[in-house]
Amino acid sequence: MIGVSHYLILSGLLFSIGFMGVLRRKNLLMLFFATEMMLNASNIAFVAIGNYYGDLSGQMFAFFVIAVAASEVAVGLGLLILLYKKYGSLDLDVISAMKG
Amino acid sequence: MESLLYIALFAPFVGSLFAGLFFARSPRTHLVGVVNSALIGIAFIASVILAIHVAKYGAVQVTMMEWISIGDLTIPFGFLVDEISVTMMVVVTLVSTVVHIYSTGYMSHDKSYNRFFSYLSAFVFSMMILVMSDNFAGLFIGWEGVGVCSWLLIGFWYHKADKTFEENPSISPSWAANEAFIMNRIADLGMLVGIFLIYWNVGSLQYDIVFDALPQLADGILVAIAIALFIGAMGKSAQFPLHTWLTDAMEGPTPVSALIHAATMVTAGVFLIIRANPLYSLDAVAGVSYFIAVLGTFVAFYAASMALTARDIKRIVALSTLSQLGYMFAAVGLGAYWIALFHLAAHAFFKALLFLGAGNVMHAMDDELDIFKMGGLRKAMVGSYIYMGIASIALAGLPFFAGFWSKDAIIETAFNEGTYILWGMLVITAGMTAFYSFRQVFFTFHGEERYKALGFQPHDMYKYVLVAMAPLAALAISFGWFMDDFKGFITKNLPVYEMSEHTHHLAGYLGALVILFALIGIAIAWKKYGGTGAKAWKKDEKLADSFVYKLLENQYYVPKFYDEFIVQPYTILSAKFWEFDKKVVDGSVDLIARLFYKSGDVSRDMQNGNLSSYLNWMGAGALLLILAAAVAAVIG
Repeated sequence: MIGVSHYLILSGLLFSIGFMGVLRRKNLLMLFFATEMMLNASNIAFVAIGNYYGDLSGQMFAFFVIAVAASEVAVGLGLLILLYKKYGSLDLDVISAMKG
Repeated sequence: MESLLYIALFAPFVGSLFAGLFFARSPRTHLVGVVNSALIGIAFIASVILAIHVAKYGAVQVTMMEWISIGDLTIPFGFLVDEISVTMMVVVTLVSTVVHIYSTGYMSHDKSYNRFFSYLSAFVFSMMILVMSDNFAGLFIGWEGVGVCSWLLIGFWYHKADKTFEENPSISPSWAANEAFIMNRIADLGMLVGIFLIYWNVGSLQYDIVFDALPQLADGILVAIAIALFIGAMGKSAQFPLHTWLTDAMEGPTPVSALIHAATMVTAGVFLIIRANPLYSLDAVAGVSYFIAVLGTFVAFYAASMALTARDIKRIVALSTLSQLGYMFAAVGLGAYWIALFHLAAHAFFKALLFLGAGNVMHAMDDELDIFKMGGLRKAMVGSYIYMGIASIALAGLPFFAGFWSKDAIIETAFNEGTYILWGMLVITAGMTAFYSFRQVFFTFHGEERYKALGFQPHDMYKYVLVAMAPLAALAISFGWFMDDFKGFITKNLPVYEMSEHTHHLAGYLGALVILFALIGIAIAWKKYGGTGAKAWKKDEKLADSFVYKLLENQYYVPKFYDEFIVQPYTILSAKFWEFDKKVVDGSVDLIARLFYKSGDVSRDMQNGNLSSYLNWMGAGALLLILAAAVAAVIG
């Protein structure tokens, strides 16, 4: 029987993978993917817990997150294209401009 | 009458502000001197009218406004003009007026002329607050105010460098100013303790309430209050052992010495005891009063003995001031308050005159102070010679001059109280007083004209200055003639002190004895210092090398003792504390600063401009927060 804990474990795993991606990846596009993964991990958790409590708010919130993520991707990808046009690369080590 | 009271009080303040606010940066302006002198003159006239009013209708008391009002503590800005304070007001404003006019001439070449008048008027204002206040808190404000002004004025020529002089290894105006201020600070602590004790035990600082409540207090507390207040008086009036500042205060300009360190401020201690006479005449504090009389007599004798050998014209006058303050304390301690106040007023007149005369001599001799270098000046400066002669006669107590009546009354009091040792000492001191004051006069104005060989070209002071000194001379001669009127006026407020039948009977002989001593003193002085030619004074090396002479010349080694046993250990201690401060206090502060500096230096690498490493740090921070929340959840 698949219970709420399984979903939460899956969500946690996905979140951790996304988190590691954010920390370790150097390519901006890959960073985007990693953040998307973290958002979707939280979506899974929302929906699972909403279902567990019989409360629709969780699922509602998941839709909001999807909408926000979609718009974020639209803006973010636009910026990425511009960055790529400017630097010819999306590697963070290459495009870092602020030298402390 | 209220408005007159405020005029008398605030006219000097207006003068001080006028000089200080509008002319502080401008060059020497004669207007300042004239306006300030006029304002002090107005205060004097107001004081005289008030005195007449008080004599006719009794005391005037006003409350200007509430000053401190917290819980049970209420201290108003109140002023009381009764017989005691109005006497002080008239004396202070009269001497101040003369000194202000004198200063317009004496300071006319000083570039800080305006500043001088600002300070001098501020002093008069503080002194007026001191004498007019109707509570101990206001008195204390005035007390500190005159202390600050004294500090400012002694150190008026603060730019002068230290120089070696007589018993002092190094002395400069700024050094002397600090010495005076610090010594007074020590004594003021005693006075503050006295005021606190009064407040704790009575619950008020108003004179009338306090004096009414005194008989209900325990004896121990009364004695403690009396001692604490007297310690304050000792500092201001330079009584032993806090006396060394007064002679060093002569570093200030001479008008300052005349006004502050002879006529007014130094008598504030005597005034305090006279003001608190209901306390000091209680049986419970008879011991303290007797101690005051003994100390006063001792100081009178002690200071007079030092004046016998002093060479500095101003120091001689300062030591005689000290000696006369001793007389006043002797009278106060023996319960003859009105006689002390009478002597205070008489002394203010002739001593201010003496000081201003000494100032004329200094002025004529290009600030030379050593009387050994003077002599025969009477031809060059007749006016000053006459004034100093009058003042010295009054000081020596020759008949019909002011000092004769007042000092004789004090000596008679000592006899009347049966304290024959004090009486004997005071009589001998009277002889010494006559000797040293005429020694000074003869040294300065008679004898060989030693100054000629030294290339001085003396000239007398401006005419108008000499004219301005005339009122003081007139009072130095005649003030004693009004003794009975003064007694009738002042004893409405102060206890009447009557001589017993026995003393009254002997009064003529006692007075004659004092005069005899004075005449002997003058005769010795004339014989030694007055002659010219073959009889002229020559330095007696054998006498100058004798132990007693050295002892007196070095002021009984008291300044040296203070220097070696108090000042120097304190300096060493301060150096150690400074070391401690530098290493521990400053060190710990520096350590914290260094810690931040270092941690900033180390963590600077975090901010390397690389988004990836920023994200890593952010992740680490987020994890840390989660961890902290988890730990808090588990513990909490």
